[in-house]
Amino acid sequence: MLINWFRFASPISFYPIAGSWSYAFGALAALFAGAGLVIALWIAPTDATQGDAYRIIFIHVPTAWMAMFIYLVMAGWSALALGFNTRLSAMMAQALAPTGALMAALALWTGAFWGRPTWGTYWAWDARMTSTLILLFLYLGVIALRAALEDPRRADRACAVLALVGAVNVPIIYFSVQWWNTLHQGSSISLTAAPKMAMTMLAGILVMTAAAWSYTIAVVLARVQAIIVERERGAGWLESLIQFPAGGSA
Amino acid sequence: MIADFFAMGGYAWYVWMAYGVAALAIALEIAAVRVRRKRAFDELRMSVDAPPAGAAMTRKGTAR
Amino acid sequence: MTAGKPSPLAGALAAQPAAAEAVADTHASVLAAIGWAVARDFRVALRSKGELGVQLLFYVIVVSLFPLATSPSRETLATLGPGVLWTSALLASLLSLPRLFASDYHDGTLEQIALSSRPLAALVSGKMAAHWLTSGLPVALMAPLLGAQYALEGPVLATLAVSLLLGTPILSLLGAVGAALTLGARGGGTLLALLVLPLYAPVLIFGAGAVDAVRAGVSAAPHLSLLGAGLLVALVGVPFAVAAAVRIALD
Repeated sequence: MLINWFRFASPISFYPIAGSWSYAFGALAALFAGAGLVIALWIAPTDATQGDAYRIIFIHVPTAWMAMFIYLVMAGWSALALGFNTRLSAMMAQALAPTGALMAALALWTGAFWGRPTWGTYWAWDARMTSTLILLFLYLGVIALRAALEDPRRADRACAVLALVGAVNVPIIYFSVQWWNTLHQGSSISLTAAPKMAMTMLAGILVMTAAAWSYTIAVVLARVQAIIVERERGAGWLESLIQFPAGGSA
Repeated sequence: MIADFFAMGGYAWYVWMAYGVAALAIALEIAAVRVRRKRAFDELRMSVDAPPAGAAMTRKGTAR
Repeated sequence: MTAGKPSPLAGALAAQPAAAEAVADTHASVLAAIGWAVARDFRVALRSKGELGVQLLFYVIVVSLFPLATSPSRETLATLGPGVLWTSALLASLLSLPRLFASDYHDGTLEQIALSSRPLAALVSGKMAAHWLTSGLPVALMAPLLGAQYALEGPVLATLAVSLLLGTPILSLLGAVGAALTLGARGGGTLLALLVLPLYAPVLIFGAGAVDAVRAGVSAAPHLSLLGAGLLVALVGVPFAVAAAVRIALD
């Protein structure tokens, strides 16, 4: 069964899909989050060393992973946008950035509140937190560039180049920060070391990660719908949407 | 029992600041996207209902 | 453009030197393009020596501010020194980046450059080289003098100079990507800083780290090799990204 994927590269075909999938993934996210929170806050046993404070990892780890993944996905769409010059690929990259930034910010915030009771300080310049901070700056840069350029097509291409340059730099940044950190902290404890994983803890993290993924997909698809409507205004097909809203009413 | 749950073994401040802000941020993001979608539709509706003066021809406009 | 040859063998023999010549021609034209761009930009930069002087002065002033904010104790200064000297070099680089493309963009020269038959990546390489000669190089040479203000010793100052000589070209290269992307954008210089500073982080880590290593009595070889490797990779790859960014800005 060959699907002509390029058919969906048209905003027209993609719009209704974005809507229905957004709702589907939203429901999925709610389910996963519900189950995950039950595990995180009830079922998972209290840790011997860190007490109940360790429960923060059930938010910290998924958001940190998402911050990374979303950047890679954004870079992927950016590569498509530059390679095939498709508007929709660029719109997807545009839709991903804010959620990625939010995930990075939450990872930093939850990390700080986990660090304080566990290691005594809200912010310690450990490798992963510092890298996540720089990742946040990279996200904000893409968002700021988009806002600063008037022509949307130029913004598409410029943000795509920036996202790709950032993507190439992310491993370098992670490596250099890791280097810097080990030199200065020596053999001190890694601040993101989780307590030894009981099965329930691992299950909780995985479920919350699934929730984070589903949530991201739901929000990003909804945002791309808004972007499509904003940018395709003036194209005739949109007017039919008003009479027959498909996959997501206003 | 409930009190124990909220106390989180003495770490209430940290746990709830983390979970609470995360929940708040997510709620805000969802709300923001909904507002953005609604506004996009409203503007679309306005541009369709009130075509610019002298537009005897179909207004094609440029893709924004 | 081939002259008709009577026999295939003669034709094949004639084609070989032509192919080699074609390759040599391409190399020559790339080098010529780089050379032309370097010479032109260097000349243009020297016309506004005041601007160059101001940028260097900015570096000196910023470096001199830190002791006022902290403490004049030799120990504190020696600890802070490498970081301050390197971070200020980053800021000075940011300050000098807009002039890489801005004036050419505004008077239409950049468009002419992009339209020329020479490879754009080669031309922008020349521009970036000239930029480094007039911003990064002076900073790298000035830094050891200022390092003396920070109670840093000879070998440390030498490492400082070397690390900056390796690192500032990378700053020019990466900065050029940001400068090209933000051409004519609102928020100009500050936006450029936001885009480029995260990319600068590894250069800062290895550059300042090298100086710190020598200060601690350890070898700076790993840091400097990483910087050198980064420079080589950037030299090869970044010009193409900059050329792409320039074309995006001009479309």
